[in-house]
Amino acid sequence: MKKYLILITMLTALILSGCSSSQDETLDIFNYGQYIDEELLVEFEEEFGVKVNYQEYPTPEDMYTKVKAGGTDYDLIITGEYMIERMISEDMLEKINFDNIPNYQYIDENFKNQAYDSNNEYSVPYFWGTLGIVYNTEIVEGNPDSWDLLWDENYSGQILMMDSQRDSLASALKKLGYSLNTTNESEIEDAKNLLIKQKPLVMAYIVDEALDMMIADEAAISLIWSGEAVAAMGENDKLNYYIPKEGSNIWIDAACIPKNADNKELAEKFINFVTSKKNTLRNIDYVWYSTVHTEAEKEVEEFLYDNPAFNPSQEKIDKAEMFRDLGDNLKLYDDAWTEVIAH
Amino acid sequence: MKNKVSKLYLSLVFLFLYAPIAVLVIYSFNDSKSRGNWGGFTFKWYLELFKDRDIKTALYYTVTIAITAALISTIVGTISAIGIYNMKTNRMNLFLNINYLPIINPDIVTGIALMILFLSANIKLGFSTMLLAHITFDIPYVILSVLPKLKQLDKNITEAALDLGATPFYSLRKIIIPQIKPGIITGFLIAFTLSIDDFVISFFTTGSGVTNLSIEIYSMARRGISPTINALSSLMLAVVLGLLLIINKRTTLQVKE
Amino acid sequence: MNSKSKYLAYPYSIWMIIFILFPLFLIFLYSITLRNANEIKTITFTFENFAKFFNPIYINVLIRSISIAALSTIICLFIGYPVAYLLTRINEENKGLLILLFILPMWMNMLLRTYAWMTILGNTGLINSFLSFLNLPKINLLYNNNAVILGMVYNFLPFMVFPIYTALNKMDRSLIEAADDLGADSFTIFRKVIFPLSLPGVISGLVMVFMPAVSTFVIPRLLGGGKNILIGNLIEKLFLVTRDWNFGAALSMIILIIIFISIKILNVLNIDKESGISL
Repeated sequence: MKKYLILITMLTALILSGCSSSQDETLDIFNYGQYIDEELLVEFEEEFGVKVNYQEYPTPEDMYTKVKAGGTDYDLIITGEYMIERMISEDMLEKINFDNIPNYQYIDENFKNQAYDSNNEYSVPYFWGTLGIVYNTEIVEGNPDSWDLLWDENYSGQILMMDSQRDSLASALKKLGYSLNTTNESEIEDAKNLLIKQKPLVMAYIVDEALDMMIADEAAISLIWSGEAVAAMGENDKLNYYIPKEGSNIWIDAACIPKNADNKELAEKFINFVTSKKNTLRNIDYVWYSTVHTEAEKEVEEFLYDNPAFNPSQEKIDKAEMFRDLGDNLKLYDDAWTEVIAH
Repeated sequence: MKNKVSKLYLSLVFLFLYAPIAVLVIYSFNDSKSRGNWGGFTFKWYLELFKDRDIKTALYYTVTIAITAALISTIVGTISAIGIYNMKTNRMNLFLNINYLPIINPDIVTGIALMILFLSANIKLGFSTMLLAHITFDIPYVILSVLPKLKQLDKNITEAALDLGATPFYSLRKIIIPQIKPGIITGFLIAFTLSIDDFVISFFTTGSGVTNLSIEIYSMARRGISPTINALSSLMLAVVLGLLLIINKRTTLQVKE
Repeated sequence: MNSKSKYLAYPYSIWMIIFILFPLFLIFLYSITLRNANEIKTITFTFENFAKFFNPIYINVLIRSISIAALSTIICLFIGYPVAYLLTRINEENKGLLILLFILPMWMNMLLRTYAWMTILGNTGLINSFLSFLNLPKINLLYNNNAVILGMVYNFLPFMVFPIYTALNKMDRSLIEAADDLGADSFTIFRKVIFPLSLPGVISGLVMVFMPAVSTFVIPRLLGGGKNILIGNLIEKLFLVTRDWNFGAALSMIILIIIFISIKILNVLNIDKESGISL
């Protein structure tokens, strides 16, 4: 009996120690996984004398579901532009006080005044990239430059697509010459049929494994984001990446502050801290994604700078479209995609 | 012959179970970050592990919640199983059906439903809500482990004890519990296993900087799972194996005395 | 035993009401209402979400999920029962060790172990590399239903073994000896003595494997290559991506109903009241 009492007391002590509330000011951050050099968090804590609670989420949809439900107290969220657009339209974000973020001036103008946050009130760009195709130069012949490669029957069973409705449908829509934000039902229908036609050629619809699979030569061709492509090319020099000539998707991840954040000003200070040239360079070194920082870009290592995945041509950028939040029309994409994968 | 076949069969099953574990351990020494490439042998991930404060925090919460939830569920589950066992059939069936629900429901449904429950009661998400959620999905498994053992009980012994003057509580302690002990232990192990591995329910019922290993790992997937996690898993494996071997040696010695 | 003992379960019954029934009620509410982002006042009750299910696509997904889960469960039973039996025959000192060794792999994260299987089964994975080394043709082991079944068996085997083990463990050896003395052969002993006595454990095992197998989503997503989705994937997408909680809730309720029906069928087939699982 005594043994049990001791055990229970120990447990209670253990539990209580776990949920002690700190007296320090705490900054709660919610971010993608492995998307920041964690040394920066420690340095921020030391420089500003605060505590940082850092939490990660697998997908923006997971994040949105949690934040939308309420009861979370994140001060800062870093996520994709289409999600930020949705959160703005649902009044979930605070307007940022840019007086607290002088480093904002170094953010490339190309990434400001975008449709998802047209007046630059709610977000600060963090990293950006494109959607494209990575392929193994030893298996794939010639110099592919089009979306058609994903439908090439010569490589049947060696093609990877994404288990992501927007991205996969985008490839089909762009191949057909439509906008990847279209709400035209017949255009979406065409894209859907194209994807269904493609299905026998597809090895798998992957979520995150494209990176490992391309490095392992497991597949010959994959739809992929530029950031992953850079990492893959870094480990396997047989790989090459291109943005199809028909046009593709450009995406931005940005920082935003949710409504009713406890420490709005501290969050803004953090954004400023992370967007300094020095810290941006350190982040790039860790994340290897394309940077929005004009000054930092000049000092990026050569092997990154020369990589078309990291540094696409302006022409390609101009031709790229950003995903817009489609609101209720998303349903058209959902239904189309469900039909493709359940087929 | 029978003995050899048995040993072979068990070995094959264990081989099957440990094959992926072996792969995990091997890749913890891989110099390349990706699973697709072997870059050479290195200890660097183990060193990085000790510097990584997020993983350390996650490990702390994972183990604490798993042990606590498993303990509480085992106690509550065992007591409840005994209660259920003594019910009339209809009541028992009703109870059991409700009890099954967390097992049947997909994790995402349980996770979101519990999240809504906590939020509508204005409870801030954090350690306690995550613990409550874990207990909720652990208890049914404990009951499922203990109940069969109860059904196998020889009722005569308990009746005999009561006839001889034992109080119900005494008979519970000295007669019933020892007999259902394997079920209790199994229940505890299963509850612990489920809690240590849970992602979805934990993700939606936690907050305030409380995270666990599964959440960390699932969040890593997008950019490639860092081998530091492999290193951590290998270490955990080594620690538990070591403990097991020590305990086993000690019991063997005690038995021999 | 004691008529008062049944009250022991009452604290848990309160817990169940708060943490199981109430959330379930919420889900049920979602399933019979329509998505209405804003006003609580404008709730309309409807069966539309359930009607949506009667679409060949979704029905196919459900049938596929149930068949794969059932197949995996049966394989678990055939592999797991001998394991449980053999574990009971091991000498006392090593028994505990082996049992813990059996469950130990499950303490490694499921996502990690599933990724490890991809490394083993892939085209450039361990098995196929070995086959190429021997100049044998490669086998397509990944991104199909077989890989998903393998993943399910791998992940849920201990849940089948343990209940059966506990049921077999303290089995009265004298019963077997008696049957043997009376002239029964091994197979009959198994059929008439051992198996029936282990039945409660078997049924627990079936429940503990089939239920999660039907609703899992990580295994089919990774090992199945997302090409043939199962109901777990569908529900997850509905809640997170599509944000159609109403339809997702309806699907969950449908699974619940189907499983309760199958338990009832199981119960009817197994008339022995002593093993009563439910309904």
